[in-house]
Amino acid sequence: MKKEKQNSDTQQTSLPVPSSQGMTIVVKTVSSWLKVLIFLFGIYIILSGDLGPGGGFAGGVILALSYVLLMLAFGREFAEKNLPRTLAARLYYCGALTFAIIAILGIPFGGAFLSNFLIGKFGEPLTILGGGTLPLSNIAIAFNVGASLYLVILSLSVCCKGKECKFE
Amino acid sequence: MIIFYILIVFVIIAALIAVETKNLLSAVICVGAIGFGGSLLFLLLRAPDIAITQIVVEVLGLIILIRATIARDMTFISDDIEFFKVIFTMVIIMIIGIAGIMVFETLPDFGIPAFTQADDAASHTYISDGLKETGAGNIVASVILGFRGYDTLGEATVLFTAITGATVILRRKGKKKLNEPDS
Repeated sequence: MKKEKQNSDTQQTSLPVPSSQGMTIVVKTVSSWLKVLIFLFGIYIILSGDLGPGGGFAGGVILALSYVLLMLAFGREFAEKNLPRTLAARLYYCGALTFAIIAILGIPFGGAFLSNFLIGKFGEPLTILGGGTLPLSNIAIAFNVGASLYLVILSLSVCCKGKECKFE
Repeated sequence: MIIFYILIVFVIIAALIAVETKNLLSAVICVGAIGFGGSLLFLLLRAPDIAITQIVVEVLGLIILIRATIARDMTFISDDIEFFKVIFTMVIIMIIGIAGIMVFETLPDFGIPAFTQADDAASHTYISDGLKETGAGNIVASVILGFRGYDTLGEATVLFTAITGATVILRRKGKKKLNEPDS
């Protein structure tokens, strides 16, 4: 009895949860513009990771957040149509694999595991391509982190217990 | 530097409220306050890389907590705490506190990087040869992807393994009921 009373109390104080159809037209319009800007900011953070603050991890999370905004505003089906689960899983495997391959390619070309064998090949240092393997590693880490966090949010919003789930 | 200590007190108060409150939504909001306060602390300590990562992960964590936890997982602690448990907890906390005070007295003062004082410290090499050997203008990137690349590779491996396990456990297709026969 005590537990039921607590449950009924918390039902009144819980959040108004958005349904799978998404939110109102205002939120949809604003977020469809903001999503592009957030995505561009994520790309900037990734590519400038070896020149300024940022890096692959933070940029990848920002890329995932742009899709999370899409999922919150338009519903899970819309986001899953934009970036399907299988494609996200492939991006995430490919990111991890690319980072490992870059690390292993350092042995024949640079003499040591994870050595920077491309430094100065595409431009001077302190330019966007002058970092050698560092920008490539940043991009690989960003794919790994971003796609995996997107997969986690997708899985958590699908998983539910019993018939009381409102998200299906 | 007074704002730094104000932020530390704010974060500690938010942490105490997050532990003590009964309402789950208030606790989640206090966790967010801890995260954003921590991000500002990193920014005041001139670590913008960490500040960016902290604030971004905090936003993602808050979204996961609010959207995926609060709406469906009503967890409440309703049992009364026994007297013996309180005594036991107090003793353990006092032991840990005394040990922590003894450790703190051996630490160098706040804000003085003791590990760069030695003549052959590794950070001298990082600062002087970072651009030449790794090609990164940002010294943090030259450390995490150049000198300490193994750490980043291990971190990526840990994340890969963890997310693979999470997506396998939380999947919807391919699950069967407990007494359902294998197909």
